[in-house]
Amino acid sequence: MPLLFYDARIRAYLYQMIAIGAVLFVAWVMFSTASANLAKQDIATGFGFLARQAGFVITESAIAYEPTDTIGRAILVGITNTVKVSLLAALFGTILGLLVGIGRLSHNPVLSRLMLAYVEALRNVPLLLYLLLWYSLIISAFPPVKQAIEMLPGVFLSNSGLVMPALRWESGFTELIAALVVGLAGAALAARVLGRRRVLTGKDMPIAPCGTLAFVLPLAAVFLVANIAVSWDVPELGRFRLSGGYHLRPEFVALLLGLTLSVSANVAEIVRAGIQAVSKGQWEAATALGLSRGRTLKLVILPQALRIIIPPLTNTYLTVFKNSSLAIAIGYPDLVMVSNTVMNQTGQAIEAIAIFMGVYLGLSILISLVMNWYNARVALRER
Amino acid sequence: MTQIDTLIADTTLTSRQAPPAPNGRWLGAYFGTPGNALITILCLGTIFTLAKLAIGWLFVDATFSGTPAECKATSGACWPFLSAKMRYIFFGFYPFEEQWRPLAAMLLFLGACLVSMVPKVWGRGLLIAWVAIILPTLYVLMAGGYFGLSVVPTTQWGGLPLSFMLSFIGLACALPLGIALALARASNLPAIRVLGVGFIEIVRGVPLISILFMATVMLPLFMPDGITIDKLIRAQVAIILFAAAYIAEIVRGGLQAVPKGQVEAGHSLGLHYWQIMRKIVLPQALKKVIPPLVSLFIGFFQDTTLVTIVGLLDFLDTVRTAMRDPQWQGIAVLEGYVFAAVVYFVFSALMGAYSRFLEQYFRTTHD
Repeated sequence: MPLLFYDARIRAYLYQMIAIGAVLFVAWVMFSTASANLAKQDIATGFGFLARQAGFVITESAIAYEPTDTIGRAILVGITNTVKVSLLAALFGTILGLLVGIGRLSHNPVLSRLMLAYVEALRNVPLLLYLLLWYSLIISAFPPVKQAIEMLPGVFLSNSGLVMPALRWESGFTELIAALVVGLAGAALAARVLGRRRVLTGKDMPIAPCGTLAFVLPLAAVFLVANIAVSWDVPELGRFRLSGGYHLRPEFVALLLGLTLSVSANVAEIVRAGIQAVSKGQWEAATALGLSRGRTLKLVILPQALRIIIPPLTNTYLTVFKNSSLAIAIGYPDLVMVSNTVMNQTGQAIEAIAIFMGVYLGLSILISLVMNWYNARVALRER
Repeated sequence: MTQIDTLIADTTLTSRQAPPAPNGRWLGAYFGTPGNALITILCLGTIFTLAKLAIGWLFVDATFSGTPAECKATSGACWPFLSAKMRYIFFGFYPFEEQWRPLAAMLLFLGACLVSMVPKVWGRGLLIAWVAIILPTLYVLMAGGYFGLSVVPTTQWGGLPLSFMLSFIGLACALPLGIALALARASNLPAIRVLGVGFIEIVRGVPLISILFMATVMLPLFMPDGITIDKLIRAQVAIILFAAAYIAEIVRGGLQAVPKGQVEAGHSLGLHYWQIMRKIVLPQALKKVIPPLVSLFIGFFQDTTLVTIVGLLDFLDTVRTAMRDPQWQGIAVLEGYVFAAVVYFVFSALMGAYSRFLEQYFRTTHD
């Protein structure tokens, strides 16, 4: 027996057995106590509650939802809300962060210091604090609905958000979308073909005009041929509330603002580090070729910096996606908040938490996959 | 003249010339080109507008002393709110006459941290001092029960001491766990590796809120009858587990940076796995990751604010509830948040500066 124990392979097996056994044992203990506790407290188990009627109102949803719909659909609304706010925050935050990061490296001391102050102010204060601050700023700065400010005809600003006329499509919507898709595909194709020709022949090609033409032509055709009819859904100021129109709620605005600013500060730092990592000789070579600072940045520096930027950028996107769960603090109905409501209503905490953790995990993995694919595309192709 | 002579003549000629004029002369960096001038003016305009708003709100239109009613009459900040609520904001529901205890604990903690930040005092002695003297003293001060101090249950703890406790103990306990996870992830044994990767990736893939929910809502369901765990401890465990997964990833980076030859050298000396890790690999790996760990700590210090969502009275939560006091409600809407933001900013910025100092320190010292 001692001889066996001195065999490294057998010992390795033994350790692994012990590890797996310990994990299984803990899982079994937890499972059995949990099922005993649940049975004692009369809490149902399983996912049957998803088909039940939800019965609660969700103030904001990207898909059609009524309180009479199922709990499953309510959770779906939560998922779409989470995805909506994270996507928008990632998009706006990236654009803003790119500008701030480039501004940080400006030769103008005023601009670079101002951008430094912006980044430091955002990175050194908790995001949750900012969310609460923006939210109470919006709530306290604007008047109640009864005295809503009518900024433009039909556009009302109050402490319950911005209400504006919504465009309603009567007909021709599908045709327009089809034209947009065709136009985008055409423009991409034109840019690709002409870009390749430019590389092959060395002659300048009219990429921008051809691309624009390819994009505009299908749209123009649809406008001329198809029957496009729209109507405006203009909000009306009632005694207590505004009805109709498109409603931009303060919870959504505060959350989007907070997340966007936090993304922008992170992206700014990543972009700055990425640009600074490109060797100075590249700047000098581009300047020697007569390129301006802006064109140097666009044509020489950024494509190289992108390789360094993408992996930390992936982390930033994952973070903003997870941080959108702070929505619950200000009452934006994201996945966590809807799950929390479901949890309070059904008492099935384990299932509700399992659902939203599963969704977060799945979407996190999806984001990682997409960003890794993009990273492989921009990575240096070594021969 | 030969060609060479011409070249020499040319160089002497150019060397005698005056250096080219710099791009723009007076304040060239600010107003060198029209575009630059425009940027400068826009930036100065922004700074001016923000400063005017801030000074107006903070000082000019502010009320410095008086009642809530007097605050309501002015449009600026309401400082009497802060002075009236200061002790609640800092210490929460801790018994009023006993609040010198959390204050003393906080000062002791901050002083000990300040001393521990000096790399020269690092070592076994410091660790023993923390575990054997400082932490027990802090606990006795906060919880009481010894030396005639009255007992204060954790449900009455709150404010800034709680925030410090959650983040500091969180990181201190997460560090060994994170190192263990990093070693598991780098292990040769497939089952251990899978368990390590699984834990790390699952925790990193979900928001902290969900883990806090698990600890506060779900965990009681997994406890045998009659056993209840303090809510504060449950949140603390959640933070530890969350932090451990992130620390593991940072430590993994450090482990990967240690050359393979070090491990092989250890093997050839006849050391076994734990000896190699403890005496050769980890000392080198951990030294590399100290600056990123400090940065991570800044993030966790800020992330502890999330415990307000599961109903713990941390610093942000005392600020929030202070503003909901009926006496001040609707009057002090932003003051509390601005104050909390300043407190968080000061601590985070100091730790950021410390992280940069450490980076510099490790770049220049070899031992």
